[in-house]
Amino acid sequence: MHEKTLAELSQALQSKTLSSVELTQHYLKRIETFDGKLNSYITVSPDLALNQAKAADERIAAGTATALTGIPLAHKDLFCTQGLRTSCGSKMLDNFIAPYESTVTQRFIDAGAVTLGKTNLDEFAMGSSTESSFYGPTRNPWDTERVPGGSSGGSAAAVAARLCAAATGTDTGGSIRQPAGFTALTGLKPTYGRVSRWGMIAYASSLDQGGPMARTAEDCALMLQAMAGFDDKDSTSVDQPVDNYSASLNDSLTGLRIGLPKEYFAGGLDAATADAIDAAVKQFQALGAEVKEISLPNAELAIPAYYVIAPAEASSNLSRFDGVRFGYRCNDPADLTDLYKRSRGEGFGPEVKRRIMVGAYALSAGYYDAYYLQAQKIRRLIKNDFMAAYEQVDVILCPTSPTPAFKIGEKIDDPVSLYLTDIYTITANLAGVPGIALPAGFANGLPLGMQLLGPYFSEARLLNIAHQYQQVTDWHQRAPAGY
Amino acid sequence: MQWEIVIGLEIHAQLTTASKIFSGSATTFGAEPNTQASLIDLGMPGTLPVLNAQAVRKAVKFGLAIDAEIGMTNVFARKNYFYPDLPKGYQTSQMDHPVVGKGFLDITLDDGTVKRVGVTRAHLEEDAGKSLHEDFQGMSGIDLNRAGTPLLEIVSEPDMRSAKEAVAYAKTVHSLVRYLGICDGNMAEGSLRCDCNVSIRPKGQAEFGTRCEIKNVNSFRFIEKAINTEVQRQIELIEDGGKVVQETRLYDPNKDETRSMRSKEEANDYRYFPCPDLLPVVLEPAFLEEVRAELPELPQQKRERFVSQFGLSTYDASVLSAQRELADYFEEVQRVCDDAKLAANWVMGELSSLLNKADLDIEQSPVSAAQLGGMIQRIKDNTISGKIAKMVFEALANGEGDSADAVIEAKGLKQVTDSGAIETMLDEVLAANAEQVEQYRAAEEAKRGKMFGFFVGQAMKASKGKANPQQVNELLRKKLDS
Repeated sequence: MHEKTLAELSQALQSKTLSSVELTQHYLKRIETFDGKLNSYITVSPDLALNQAKAADERIAAGTATALTGIPLAHKDLFCTQGLRTSCGSKMLDNFIAPYESTVTQRFIDAGAVTLGKTNLDEFAMGSSTESSFYGPTRNPWDTERVPGGSSGGSAAAVAARLCAAATGTDTGGSIRQPAGFTALTGLKPTYGRVSRWGMIAYASSLDQGGPMARTAEDCALMLQAMAGFDDKDSTSVDQPVDNYSASLNDSLTGLRIGLPKEYFAGGLDAATADAIDAAVKQFQALGAEVKEISLPNAELAIPAYYVIAPAEASSNLSRFDGVRFGYRCNDPADLTDLYKRSRGEGFGPEVKRRIMVGAYALSAGYYDAYYLQAQKIRRLIKNDFMAAYEQVDVILCPTSPTPAFKIGEKIDDPVSLYLTDIYTITANLAGVPGIALPAGFANGLPLGMQLLGPYFSEARLLNIAHQYQQVTDWHQRAPAGY
Repeated sequence: MQWEIVIGLEIHAQLTTASKIFSGSATTFGAEPNTQASLIDLGMPGTLPVLNAQAVRKAVKFGLAIDAEIGMTNVFARKNYFYPDLPKGYQTSQMDHPVVGKGFLDITLDDGTVKRVGVTRAHLEEDAGKSLHEDFQGMSGIDLNRAGTPLLEIVSEPDMRSAKEAVAYAKTVHSLVRYLGICDGNMAEGSLRCDCNVSIRPKGQAEFGTRCEIKNVNSFRFIEKAINTEVQRQIELIEDGGKVVQETRLYDPNKDETRSMRSKEEANDYRYFPCPDLLPVVLEPAFLEEVRAELPELPQQKRERFVSQFGLSTYDASVLSAQRELADYFEEVQRVCDDAKLAANWVMGELSSLLNKADLDIEQSPVSAAQLGGMIQRIKDNTISGKIAKMVFEALANGEGDSADAVIEAKGLKQVTDSGAIETMLDEVLAANAEQVEQYRAAEEAKRGKMFGFFVGQAMKASKGKANPQQVNELLRKKLDS
């Protein structure tokens, strides 16, 4: 039954050919079998899942089910879940059980979905490989010597290995799209403000956005339908009606204008990925789209701007982890300063410390103008680039990352080369525009990803385009061997 | 050397909103520790702030009242530092785009002169919690009830030149925020707190001297004492060949001294940056007009009106207008009795001393404005004399009657105005003091005045104060001089 997509499982549950309890038990069994090797989950919650599954079956019987009722999901372990540990992949929160529920997970609970557990991630979502987690690296089911991408690598591996029907992720600089690309999934980063951040432990508040990771665009549409919407608890949430994402999946692509940013196809792009995108361009043309070259002239500034803004916000966001109220506290502090220094020194891993230091430096007196303000100006330029591009085209097509999944340990000691893996995804976060990643082919058995970026609140259109592509390709139907 | 003192004040006024500035928790003072601290106030991971519109409205009200530029685009910034009672590791405040820009306040000094003090800015921010160091056996307790309470930090220009001016300014701010209903002004509970920036310079020098900031002075008396003590310290330091170091100091009222808290070198780099969890707040001109329409009559306007409308002296007008409740009380008394001068005298005299003695606020006055006004009416219509009125007032204060009339009736204090009865009484008084009558009649005109007073006193005594003094005077004169 795990071969089925979320949409297919939903139909099976609604038609009662399958019960949620059976399905949940099946996934729990698969997690037990496979996750020892993959390490995609930090916490598995069988009791909670089975109780929710039972309630879901009753709800289906009562005829009040939604499309997600009874569907077993996994949540990236930075969405606060009441009573279930939320670790953020950090020793700092290894003991943290949130006393409240995030808006995103609450919406899934309200929809009747089942929570199988919480998935692994780079510590506090800071990373592109899920190697910086306190709970050890997650392995890519397509090649377990390789990373699944990050920071939502646990969710990516779990969905790719069919250890859940779909999962939530968060995307600050590509953390949904890059791992989706590395694992042949479809993942969507919504417009900034489309999905509530309440209860989503912040890395970089002005860039963070939750979104779905699933096997198909159709599944992502069902997931996003539950996640999206205004939340008065999040001041950056946008009060705008939510589209019906499934309704427009079958719209025609005739006349669709697709732009290829020339800057993204210059040096550094892996040849196989470039070829895969070429092939995808032909598919889209066959579906009626027009393709033209465009320019995002400031794209090359995105990485440096991002690595000022995101660490700056993080350095402040992570100040609350001080050993006073919750989370890790060092043993026998001598005094207050010692409590702070050792709780944070022992509780955070090296990548988190690096970003806190970079961020604090960028905000410090005398450097603020040169780094933070400058980065904000670049951000505006990049946003303007996108706005100008969307006057010529409807969506932008580009790779999700320069190469397919790399080996575990390959880049972890070279932060800059690791940072560069996000070179194609970061611009969308800086501009706040939505993007969808989807599989575009394979090279040497490894998935190749591409992404479509659209104007603000164009999620329905992006899902439609991805879905149409998936009607004429089968990359998304392939499963990693053995799963 | 002649020294000039330069003072600027930063006043933190807690805004009287029902809930906190970024969370829905209540702001009531004195609740059990941590019972008014929500997930947001605790800085729980994943929680987000939502701005309380009432806090903005109250801040704008203040800005309009001091003729300040209002920041039409408000940006909240994070001020980053670690402290156990600062749950998020940063205070959400305003830096480059405060809600209130440049404005001014006119203060009245003791000698009646008016001085204009510039207000540099006023910005919104959240209060921190409290660290409690007693009763925890070598540990500290944290109470986050106060964390997130909205504050308006009002920063003055360094325009004050003496501790007295600083106190006058602080009192003016205190009076204004209470008038506006944006702060309860309760300094003992910390609703209004003051940081004093103090420096000295040789008289005539243009540049400022190095300043010290005295933190958290919580009464007008301590503001004056702390500044004077600090000024003395700086003068002695410089005259002994030393140098003032820029630092933050604490005032110890027990020892009447200021102590160094931290130097500039130890000061935090607060790493201010715009809070990404809060969008800029853009105010509409229509909103400003709406708030402007809600502005009450301000202390200065009220003072001027009391002079022009009621003919009060500037002094009386400024005492009565300093506090909105007192002014309202006075105006109610005036409305009832229709005699502003008498009303002012009674409110500033008997009533104020009664309240002072009992340590009561005007709102707690045991004598209501209607009662006092009613009593003054009886003075005016000669039902009672001023002297009897004091007895009536005391009776009202003791709750011995619902109104002056009831007290007068119950105690039989009604003034005797029946001239026949007064004459009879006077005849008796004169007969009993025949010797003095003889002496009076024999005396020269110049000496008679004092002697006349004796008969008045005897007559009033005989009538137990109830005889109408004017009639007593007239009839006595007639009888003695005839």
